[in-house]
Amino acid sequence: MTSTTTVTDALPDAVVTSRGPRYRQQLQQILAFAGLVVIFAFFSVASPYFLDWANIKGILLATAVTGIMALGATFVIATGGIDLSVGTGMTLCAVMTGVFLTNLGLPLAVGVLGGIAAGALLGLVNGLNVSFLGIPPFIATLATMMVAQGLSLVISGTKPIYFSDVAGFGQIALGELVPGLPNAVLIFFVAAVVAGVLLSKSLVGRYALSIGSNEEATAISGIDVRRWKVVVYTVAGVFTGLAGVVMASRLNSAQPGLGLGYELEAIAAVVIGGTSLRGGKATILGTVIGALIMATLTNGLRIMSIPQEWQKVAVGVVILLAVYTDILRRGKDA
Amino acid sequence: MKTTRAARLKHVGAAGAVALLLALGACSSAADDGSAPGGGDGGTPYVALVSKGFQHQFWQAVKQGADEAAEELGVEVTFEGPETETEVDKQLSMLQTALDKNPDAIGFAALDSEASIPLMADAQSRGIPVVAFDSGVESDVPITTVSTDNEAAAAEAAKHMVELIGGSGKIAVLGHDQTSQTGQQRVSGFVDYIEENAPDVEIVDVQYAGGDQLKSADAAKSILQANPDLQGIYGTNEGAATGVVKAVQELGRAGTLTVIGFDSGKAQTDAIRDGLMAGAITQNPVGIGYETVRAAVAAINGEDVEPVIDSGFYWYDATNIDDEDIAAVLYE
Repeated sequence: MTSTTTVTDALPDAVVTSRGPRYRQQLQQILAFAGLVVIFAFFSVASPYFLDWANIKGILLATAVTGIMALGATFVIATGGIDLSVGTGMTLCAVMTGVFLTNLGLPLAVGVLGGIAAGALLGLVNGLNVSFLGIPPFIATLATMMVAQGLSLVISGTKPIYFSDVAGFGQIALGELVPGLPNAVLIFFVAAVVAGVLLSKSLVGRYALSIGSNEEATAISGIDVRRWKVVVYTVAGVFTGLAGVVMASRLNSAQPGLGLGYELEAIAAVVIGGTSLRGGKATILGTVIGALIMATLTNGLRIMSIPQEWQKVAVGVVILLAVYTDILRRGKDA
Repeated sequence: MKTTRAARLKHVGAAGAVALLLALGACSSAADDGSAPGGGDGGTPYVALVSKGFQHQFWQAVKQGADEAAEELGVEVTFEGPETETEVDKQLSMLQTALDKNPDAIGFAALDSEASIPLMADAQSRGIPVVAFDSGVESDVPITTVSTDNEAAAAEAAKHMVELIGGSGKIAVLGHDQTSQTGQQRVSGFVDYIEENAPDVEIVDVQYAGGDQLKSADAAKSILQANPDLQGIYGTNEGAATGVVKAVQELGRAGTLTVIGFDSGKAQTDAIRDGLMAGAITQNPVGIGYETVRAAVAAINGEDVEPVIDSGFYWYDATNIDDEDIAAVLYE
């Protein structure tokens, strides 16, 4: 591994400065966090049942699957790309885990790693299509979104695959290594820490941000942009695979019809967290807060018995507000 | 060096794509074998079924019934449907394509009871008899409608809920779809029964979570959180009901809450066997498919068909889940 300093040195000056001073990114995180606190305070006052550990645990658990997907999506969005395949891809990974564990009876660890590997493979295909075939990310991942959805149904024979006979599988999401905290939440937090280190301290993260800021300049400075994009999409795929395993464990089954629409929630979480869809600016902490905001909103509105129709309106408005405050802030800085 | 590798990868990618397409092509042509739709002229009669979906276990069971009838009556049947039950436009284009194949009869499960009216007229002008199944169409073209009486089925669920919670207490409903007729009737039949027959039972909340298990589980948890003294929850389809069971399990509320479901699926039947769920209503999906094809064949032969064919529903719980007539209509 090359050290951080060398990585930064290798980048052209323009790229480094356009990433902006550190406080800017921190400001957006503070804003997002303040938003989360406001939402939390609001619901705590609005409903006596909201501020309760059982409910907080429920919110965290509801965040886990989308949150893990959003972690991966952050890397892709950092390059200025987009990954629409994470939702149905997650389902495909759940189905593959089912095939490995239930149909083939492989050991638990092999099945879980197999499910994650399926996600990596999907990400690899996305990366190759984007980098080497030159297909725009939106289209490339739209295509794999459909392929993944179709393959989930084909492979599972359109039937859910159950894990009832796989000892210990349910523990992956619902066991409690840390008493009181479901493992799914623990996995999400650990994955977030890993993603945070990858994005800010490793080559793949630095190059992803650099590609997102200025792809040409990054290429001119001697970085193999195409190869690193493949790595970025593959990393996103690994998180997709992990999300698939966690979901399958929580539902004790791989539901082949599920998944469509989850990619948009993941992207929304990333955007609320202050990551720019134009690339070059992304933080994992922001994404985690974004995912928490999405889950907290839905949970709070449900507890207040607000109809689902209005819940969607509320989430949409929050996305607009989040992006608009980001634009205001950047306008002032510029 | 770099270019060579890029070029090589490009070729690998292209070759992979071609291989994938070939594989998919092989799959689809294999699937077409034996069900290749002939036109309406000569040979075996052909009945085209356009359903509301095919992914869901329920539709697979309908297909199974249709296939059984097709074999028994010596007709060819094709079965297709959109991916989700909101894709009204996609379903209409499937119906259009089905009509263009000039089948001897059409079976149609309308996602939207009015959107298909023009196509119904088209079928009529071509002289193709239409059998509506699962839910009705706002048109007098279909010669019959084969469906579950969802209002009555939901009322049956309500009746059992009232009995199981001892005639009084707070309950909630977790619906799967507030826009389709079936989704609405599954709720209204339940709510109406409670309002008319159980003055001491209060429905504190009716929420919808799209029939998605994960979202239904989170929604049910919110409802339980907001109503600590809740006695029972009714989930209106497989996804909603298993989501409720998931929520009860995760909150450790098993045994303190009466859960009633709808349809089947392994997760739901397991929950009933394990005592996590008190019982559920099952439609007769195999019967719907079977009766649809049978009515279509009757129409082809010019026989009279009843204007409404009720395919029936059953209440099942741990006591009768393995009875022959119940087991026959449950799906995994």
